[in-house]
Amino acid sequence: MKLINHTKVLKHMKPRIISNVFFRLLFMAATIFGLLVLGILLYRVITQGIGYLDLQFLQNIPSRKPEQAGVKTAFIGTIWLMGVVAPVTLLLGVGTAIYLEEYAKKSRFTRFIQVNISNLAGVPSIVFGLLGLTVFVRALALGTSVLAAGLTMSLLVLPIIIVASQEAIKAVPKELREASYGMGATKWQTILHVVLPAAIPGILTGGILALSRAIGETAPLVVLGLPLFLAFLPKSVFDMFTVLPMQIYNWTGRPQEEFQGVAAAGIIVLLTMLIIMNSIAVFIRNKFQKRY
Amino acid sequence: MNATMEKPRVRLVMNEKDMDALPNKEIVYKTSELNLWYGENHALKNIDLDIYENEVTAIIGPSGCGKSTYIKTLNRMIELVPSVKTSGKIEYRGRNIFDKSYEVEELRTRVGMVFQKPNPFPKSIYENVAYGPKIHGIKDKKVLNQIVEESLKGAAIWDEVKDRLHENAFGLSGGQQQRLCIARCLAIEPDVILMDEPTSALDPISTLKVEELVQKLKKEFSIIIVTHNMQQAARISDKTAFFLNGEVIEFTNTDKIFSNPADKRTEDYITGRFG
Amino acid sequence: MALQKTTNSFSVQELIQKKKEKKSSNLQVERIIPFLLLVTAIVSVLTTLGIVLTLFAETITFFTKVPIQEFLTAQKWYPFSETQGSFGILPLVAGTLKVSIIAAFVAVPIGLASAIFLSEYASDRTRRIIKPILEVLAGIPTIVYGFFALTFVTPLLREMIPSLEIFNALSPGIVIGIMITPMIASLSEDAMSSVPNSMREGALALGSTKFEVAIKVVLPAAISGIIASIVLAISRAIGETMIVAVAGGSTPNLSWDVTSSIQTMTAYIVQVSQGDAGYGTTIYYSIYAVGFTLFLFTLGMNLLAQFISRRFREEY
Repeated sequence: MKLINHTKVLKHMKPRIISNVFFRLLFMAATIFGLLVLGILLYRVITQGIGYLDLQFLQNIPSRKPEQAGVKTAFIGTIWLMGVVAPVTLLLGVGTAIYLEEYAKKSRFTRFIQVNISNLAGVPSIVFGLLGLTVFVRALALGTSVLAAGLTMSLLVLPIIIVASQEAIKAVPKELREASYGMGATKWQTILHVVLPAAIPGILTGGILALSRAIGETAPLVVLGLPLFLAFLPKSVFDMFTVLPMQIYNWTGRPQEEFQGVAAAGIIVLLTMLIIMNSIAVFIRNKFQKRY
Repeated sequence: MNATMEKPRVRLVMNEKDMDALPNKEIVYKTSELNLWYGENHALKNIDLDIYENEVTAIIGPSGCGKSTYIKTLNRMIELVPSVKTSGKIEYRGRNIFDKSYEVEELRTRVGMVFQKPNPFPKSIYENVAYGPKIHGIKDKKVLNQIVEESLKGAAIWDEVKDRLHENAFGLSGGQQQRLCIARCLAIEPDVILMDEPTSALDPISTLKVEELVQKLKKEFSIIIVTHNMQQAARISDKTAFFLNGEVIEFTNTDKIFSNPADKRTEDYITGRFG
Repeated sequence: MALQKTTNSFSVQELIQKKKEKKSSNLQVERIIPFLLLVTAIVSVLTTLGIVLTLFAETITFFTKVPIQEFLTAQKWYPFSETQGSFGILPLVAGTLKVSIIAAFVAVPIGLASAIFLSEYASDRTRRIIKPILEVLAGIPTIVYGFFALTFVTPLLREMIPSLEIFNALSPGIVIGIMITPMIASLSEDAMSSVPNSMREGALALGSTKFEVAIKVVLPAAISGIIASIVLAISRAIGETMIVAVAGGSTPNLSWDVTSSIQTMTAYIVQVSQGDAGYGTTIYYSIYAVGFTLFLFTLGMNLLAQFISRRFREEY
C-alpha cells in the first residue's frame, strides 16, 4: 500500500517546524508577560511609595495631611486580626481535617461535607461580609470589633486550611499509624502523637497561606463597616479597629495625588508582611517536609 | 533453561561470512562508534552495528544493558531525557541522524516506534490511526478512510474493531491497544519500525498475535525489536545483537547466536546463568 | 525481657497495667474526641447554611418592598433616588458580565499559553522557578490590584483611548484578567502535566512537532481540567470586588460600552456598605438581594466546574 506521498509529506514538514518555533516563542512570551506585569506592579508601587516610607510612617496614625499620615493603627489592627484568625482557623480547620481523614466513614454525609467545603472556597469574599454583618455584627451585637471581623475572616479562609491539613494528614504513611496501633495505642493517641506531628509542616504551611489571605482581604471588612479612618488602637477584641487593606483602600480613593504615594507606601508594608509570611511557609515546607 | 541450548558446541569466532547479508539487501541503519552518556553515566560504549532492510533485528541483554537506550537513539527519542550527550554517528539510509540539518520530525516520519506499554491517545480508534496522516497534511476523507482500514488490516486488528471505529480506544484490551498502536505506526507508512519490548505488558495470547504480526510485517518493513524474552528473539528475528553493560558483545544471525554463540558472556546469558 | 528483669526491679507491662487502671478516663477521651471533631467539621456546613439563610431571609424582606418582577426585569438601578427609585438588577449584572468577559479575554489566552509553555516546552528547572512566581501574582491582595488599575493601567489606557473615562470597565477588566491568569495557568498546567508522558512519546514518534503534541494530543486529553479551571477563574472574576470598586466607578448601566463608568454587583454592595444607608431601609436590604444574585452566579459556575471535571475526567 502506498497511500502516502512522501515527497508531499516532506514538503509539508517545513511549515510545521516553523509554526512549532513560532508558537514556542508565543507561549514563552505569554509566560513572560505574567512575570513582566508582576515586575511592573512591584516597580510602580515601590517607586511611588518609597518616598513616604520611613519610621514615622509606621509610627504615625492616619492624618489628613499626606506627609504626616501613617499606618500605625492599621498595622496594629492587622496584627489583632491575625491574633483572632490564627487560633480560630487552626482549631476549626485541623479539627475538620482530622475528622474527615481519620474518623468519618465514607458516607453520603461525609461527601456532602467535602463538597460543601470546596463550594465554600468558591463563594466570593464579599458574600462572607454579608454573613458576618448579619450574624456577628448585628445578631450577636459584636459591632465592627476585632472579634466580629476575625470570625468572619476565619470562616472565609477555613477551606484553605482544611484542604491543606487534609493533604498533610493523607501524606502520613499507613505504616507509621500501624506501628503505633501495634504497640497498643488508642486511635486518639495515635493521631495526637504520630499523625499530627508528622503532618505539622503541611498544616502550618496551609495555615500561614490562609492567614496571609485573611490579612490581604478588604471586601468583607468594608461590608462589615470597618472604619476607613481610625485614630486610636483597640484594647481588646471587642474594640473597633481597622486594618492595612482598609487603610490602603481609603488612601487610594482620595483625590489628592500625594495620597496615592501614601497608599503605595501602605502597600509596601502589606506586601512585606505577606512576603515574610510566605517565606516562612516555604521555609517550613522545605525544612521539615519529610520524604517517606 | 532450554534443553537444546545446553548441548555442547564448537566455538566459532564471529565472522563476516556468518552474516547472510544478501547482496540485494541494503543497510538501513549504520551505527559507528556511538557513545551515549546520561550525565556522567556512560550508557552506550562504541557501538558499531549495521542493520539491514526487510529483516527483523532483535536486541537482547539484561536490564540496564543499554538496549532500550540504543533503540530510542535510533529515532532520537532519547533526547527527551535531559542531560543526554552523544558522540559518533548513526546513518539512516546514508544520512547522519545527528546532523544539525536533520529535523527529528522528518526522521520520525520515516521511522515508526511501538512502545513497551500500549499508549493509544484518548481518542477514537479511527482518530488514533488517522492522527499521523493528518498531522502530515493528509486531509482527504476518502484517503484517510482507506489509510485507516489498510493500517488496521495490516496490524491484524481490523476484524475486531471495524464495527466500532468511533469508540474510544481505551475500551480495547491491552493486546488490542498494542496492535492499534502498531496500526497507528503503519498509517504513516514508515520505512523502519522500532519496537521497544512491545509484548512485555501483554498476556501470552496477545504476545503470540503480536509476534505473528511482526513476521508478517517484515516483508514490507525493517523491524528492530528490543526484547528481554530470549525465546521471542529466537522465534521472530533474523539477526540478534547481544548487549551487555552498554557494549555490543555479539551480533550475528539469530540461529547462530542461540545455537553457537561466539562469546562466553553471550552463552552465559542465553543459557540463563545471569540476567 | 529476661535481661531487663535482672537490672530492673519492675516490669514495663506491669507499669502499663497500673497506669491503665488509673486512667479509665482514656476511654472517655476516645469517645468524646470524635464528637468534638465532628462539631468543628459541622462549622463549615453551618457557614454555608448561614450564608444561604441570611441571604435568603433578607432577600425575601427586600421583595416585600420591591416586587420581584421589577428586580428581575427593570432596566434601571437607581436605588438612591427618593422619588423615582428603581431596583432592576440587570444593569449591575451587565456591569459584572462586561468586566468578567474582558477578564476572560485577557486571562484565557495568556493563561493557557503559559500552561502549555510550562507543561510542554519548559525544562523542569524553568518550571520550578516560574510556577511559584506566577502563584505570587495570584496571592497579591486585590486592593493592590485595584490601586494598580486606577493609578497605572487606567492612565496608560487613557493615552491610547482618549475617550476613556477615569472609571471604566476596560481597566478593571484587564487587571482582573491579570489576577486570574495564574489560576488558569496553574490549574491547566496541573491538568496537562497529568497526561502521561507515554502519550507524548507516541505522538512524537509519529513525527509530530511539540506544538502538534500540545494542541492535538495533550490539550484534548486534559480538556476537562482546563475548562474547569477557566470556569473557576471566571467565577472568581464575577465575585471580585476591590478592583471594580476602586477602578470601575458607580454608574450602573446596561450598555455594552466598555469605556464608560459602570457598576458591578460587588461594587454596589461596597458602595452601600460605605454609605450611611440605615439598617432596615430598602437600600440596606437591596445589598442582600444583590449578594444573593451574585452567590447564585458563582455557585452555578463552581458546580459547573465540578461537574465538568467529574463527568469528563479521563482515566489514563
